[in-house]
Amino acid sequence: MSGAPSLAMADAAALAPRGALLGARGWAAVAAATLTITVLVPLLNLMVPEDNALHLGDFYVSLLGKILCYAICALAMDLIWGYTGILSLGHGVFFALGGYAMGMYLMRQIGTDGQYKSAMPDFMVFLDWKEYPWHWALSDSFVAQMLLVVLAPGLLAFVFGYFAFRSRIKGVYFSIITQALTFAAMLLFFRNETGFGGNNGFTDFKRLLGQPLNSPATRVLLCVITGLVLIGFFLMARAIVHSKYGRVLQAIRDAETRVMFTGYDPVIYKLSIWTLSAMMCGVAGALYVPQVGIINPGEMSPAASIEIAIWAAVGGRATLIGPIIGAFFVNGAKSWFTVAFPEYWLFFLGALFIAVTLFLPNGLVGLFRRKSEGVRTGHDA
Amino acid sequence: MLLRLLLFLTSFLGFSAAFALTPDQAFRISQGESDERIAALNEAVVAADPALAAFVQALLADEVKLAGGKALIVRDGKALDAATGAAVALPDGAEDVINPNRVRRELEAALAGLRLFSSDRSERAKAIAELKDQIDDSRLAVIEKAEAAETDPALKDQLGLLRAAALVTSADKGKRLAAAKLLADSKQPATRSLLIERLAQEGDAEVKASLRASLGTVESRLAWGERLGVLFTGISLGSILVLVALGLAITYGLMGVINMAHGELMMIGAYATYMVQNLFRQYLPGAFDAYILAAIPASFLAAALVGALMERSVIRWLYGRPLETLLATWGISLILMQAVRSIFGAQNVGVENPSWLSGGVQVLPNLTLPFNRLAILAFAALVLLGVALLISKTRLGLFVRGVTQNRRMASCVGVNTARVDTYAFALGAGIAGLAGCALSQVGNVGPDLGQSYIVDAFMVVVLGGVGQLAGTVYAGLGLGVLNKLLEGWQGAVLAKIMVLVFIVIFIQKRPQGIFALKGRSAEA
Amino acid sequence: MTPDLMQAGAARRAAYEAKAVGGKPRFVSEEPYFGQGVALYVEDITVSFDGFKALNKLSLTIDVGELRCIIGPNGAGKTTMMDCITGKTRPDAGKVFFGSNIDLLRLKEQQVAQIGVGRKFQKPTVYEQLSVFHNLELALKADRRVRASLFFKLTGAQQDRIDEVLVLIHLRDQAQRTAGLLSHGQKQWLEIGMLLMQDPRLLLLDEPVAGMTDEETERTAELFLGLEGKHSLVVVEHDMKFVDALTQGCKKVTVLHEGSVLAEGLLSEVQANQKVVEVYLGR
Repeated sequence: MSGAPSLAMADAAALAPRGALLGARGWAAVAAATLTITVLVPLLNLMVPEDNALHLGDFYVSLLGKILCYAICALAMDLIWGYTGILSLGHGVFFALGGYAMGMYLMRQIGTDGQYKSAMPDFMVFLDWKEYPWHWALSDSFVAQMLLVVLAPGLLAFVFGYFAFRSRIKGVYFSIITQALTFAAMLLFFRNETGFGGNNGFTDFKRLLGQPLNSPATRVLLCVITGLVLIGFFLMARAIVHSKYGRVLQAIRDAETRVMFTGYDPVIYKLSIWTLSAMMCGVAGALYVPQVGIINPGEMSPAASIEIAIWAAVGGRATLIGPIIGAFFVNGAKSWFTVAFPEYWLFFLGALFIAVTLFLPNGLVGLFRRKSEGVRTGHDA
Repeated sequence: MLLRLLLFLTSFLGFSAAFALTPDQAFRISQGESDERIAALNEAVVAADPALAAFVQALLADEVKLAGGKALIVRDGKALDAATGAAVALPDGAEDVINPNRVRRELEAALAGLRLFSSDRSERAKAIAELKDQIDDSRLAVIEKAEAAETDPALKDQLGLLRAAALVTSADKGKRLAAAKLLADSKQPATRSLLIERLAQEGDAEVKASLRASLGTVESRLAWGERLGVLFTGISLGSILVLVALGLAITYGLMGVINMAHGELMMIGAYATYMVQNLFRQYLPGAFDAYILAAIPASFLAAALVGALMERSVIRWLYGRPLETLLATWGISLILMQAVRSIFGAQNVGVENPSWLSGGVQVLPNLTLPFNRLAILAFAALVLLGVALLISKTRLGLFVRGVTQNRRMASCVGVNTARVDTYAFALGAGIAGLAGCALSQVGNVGPDLGQSYIVDAFMVVVLGGVGQLAGTVYAGLGLGVLNKLLEGWQGAVLAKIMVLVFIVIFIQKRPQGIFALKGRSAEA
Repeated sequence: MTPDLMQAGAARRAAYEAKAVGGKPRFVSEEPYFGQGVALYVEDITVSFDGFKALNKLSLTIDVGELRCIIGPNGAGKTTMMDCITGKTRPDAGKVFFGSNIDLLRLKEQQVAQIGVGRKFQKPTVYEQLSVFHNLELALKADRRVRASLFFKLTGAQQDRIDEVLVLIHLRDQAQRTAGLLSHGQKQWLEIGMLLMQDPRLLLLDEPVAGMTDEETERTAELFLGLEGKHSLVVVEHDMKFVDALTQGCKKVTVLHEGSVLAEGLLSEVQANQKVVEVYLGR
């Protein structure tokens, strides 16, 4: 069954102490990660002087924050693809919706500091709008917009998933339809009339909750928050997959008919994890926008969504830590390539897609485990 | 234009020896209140003197000056009397003639009116066309005269309609009524706007009713043109979608391979066409119009080769794993796009239609069917036929069907399944190349060509169901027409969104698409 | 059973559901009643796919605690019959009752499973990536809803039950092994074990010993005989030795042919029946 990790890998996973969320080594790793993100990063950026070799530049802080957001998406993807066997090629739309919700708030926060010196966002002045459209009604309230960050993607995911899962659309058809979903959303958001800034989107943000976005302190703080959110989501995901619920998901991935005949309703399980995954991406999007400073419909492009899948695949599906590693690896490579050899980035990415599907069905984590345990794995189905 | 007019004038000069325009008329046309100038102009036009044309032309070219109660045409420092044509000395203090816009327009219309009497038919037709936009009562005399003199029946009809259009602004109610009725026979889209305008200005109830009736007739006649226009564009788009989706239907329907690089195979076909075009331009410029005939097999082969390469190196290892195939082919598509960008540059390249594909056939006054789209329609039909015959009648087709329905059995009876796979995939890829060639004739060619059609192609395959080509055809045509219909209603973007939503809902009710494969299909 | 037939069946089922009470089948809250001694009552079910009659007025009655073997050539309709019973396919006509009161035709697959009908497929379908223990845990008779699964904790009694079944299916020492690594026969047992975890009143077993060694087949027969009485079993098989071991000369055997019952009786009677010999057993 495509999407399933190799049997020996699962065997190793089965050996983890039952009932415990993480082994001793696992908790140590989590503690180290927490420490790094909350102490080390701020220290190296804010305290250590710039000319020191250990200084972590502002650029790298932003980059780290950005990749952490992507890692959250990859984690969300692992939950639905690695564990439940649902390959979504349209998760970018949920990421973008969360980003837009945050973006709306940030646009209001620009106040009169924009180009047109008007209380309304620049693009609305440019379009000669006199009033806010209905969906901007709550955009001044931080709390309301933050709720929208999870509710908007969650609602879209719920409705879409309800119709799709109920009619038992599976496999590639489902993947193609998710791609159509994100493509349609992208087209919609490109229109100026939709009221989201058209093809320019939102940009030129000034402040968040009163704090200026350009200051190093805010930047570091956002990075730290993103890191903590990632760790939190990781622990949550771990709890989920280790519960019976998580095992039902894996059962659905491997033998959906048997699951039905055992008395479970696969639709409600798929729908719940799908919606959760969408909301996670929404949160990631909301953290992404203030760090990157822009959101536009390009985030909803099918290409962006497919990349999320490759982060999970490169890292190793159904491992939770794998996709996080994958996100770091691929985006790190992207950062390096676009500076050093921009022409070759897409060649590398394309080759990565091919190499991972042909040679690394279990991703980097699988490779690592294979080497370290010396267990012979077979090609998965 | 100037040259032609001068030539025309010289031909006229051959007719008449003397200028018959009176000096007084020439003077009155050149100065004073616009209304008076226009009245004088119309007077002169009625006489349809050939000299008038030259004078009017000079006026428009700002070559006329006024001096001593006379109008003079001044060129290269030499002055001619506008009426007599005699050379005169250019006096000092000669005033320039200024033509306000309204006068200018009237001058141009007058010129057109004069051309109604040209011996050249196309000149007359052109003049009629120009006058259509500037109809009013004052032209009536000229038009009536022209109509009486006209020998060509088609042009005579047009002049009749022109007359009616002029009459409808007449002061006489009877004339207006008659004109309103006449206008009902018009097939021109311009008549509609004319009638609407007149309706707003008309006072008399009877005439108004008549105008309204005529408007109704004209509109319903035009509506047909519009409806057919939308239908045609829809079918044209549908034929393109069928061509685009056909290759995909073969690779997915027959082989279970989801090929995300399908769009890029199309792009390769389009670029192959571009290269063939350039070759012809450089080495066989005389035969440029035939380049498309060489481009068709070239694009097929180029794409088929790339497809075969893809199959041999990557896809064959991923059979039975559709999700992996999806990702791997996406990677290939990235590589192909970047490769094309590196070789040809990131911007669009120009592909011209050969001359016999440019232009169109006018079926109705408001409906022209472009030749290139008609050609693609025919091309798509031919390709479809070819593929259907290939699959059902040839040995290769038999092998492909056998291998996809039961691979083990086929290899047991000696079919080289690996080779058949390659051929089948290459066939699908080649058809994508043909689609790219067709697209190059109607749209832009750039590295992103494939991306704009890939989602549509998949929708056609999902909707049409796999396994039967008929499904692809119905779905493709249906989606094309649906898209265009919705576009006319809500605009392009919303139309696309509605189509996508429609497909998702349709799939709810019928997950296997319109036509489903009976038996085993490679599903995840 | 090919996918297109299954699909056609699912389509028919959906159509039936739409016509059922209020457009949706009621959630089953009644308990099946076995007081009359009938576990499964099948009457005149007919299923045709595109003109081909897979089942043709098939009638069958299984008593409570009975172990019935069903034999017949391929294409006789054995799997289609099971599909009808478990809610995968909707018959064009006929009745299927569980106990004396539950109309199975109105229920969805999950509901049929929940009401106490367990089905084992021809091909062993276990959860290959999970351990044997987890496979059984998933099949435990417990709340099947999302929230319950999320916060589920194994009680002592449930733990014991799993151990019990592990012993029964001879997989106690393999409890932590990933199910995908088991042998074919072991996978079959695991699936049977999963069925037992659901504590079904009726077990439908489709070729349970296909691909098993002789020793495994013997053990399976013992297992089934052990279940008889507490559960009702319907076993579809081709292996005559196995059928003999199960029926032990005193239980009924049903022969299906072309969608309906050809003969019914003791194995010895059926084996002597000329028609059966012609159609299936051979000389």
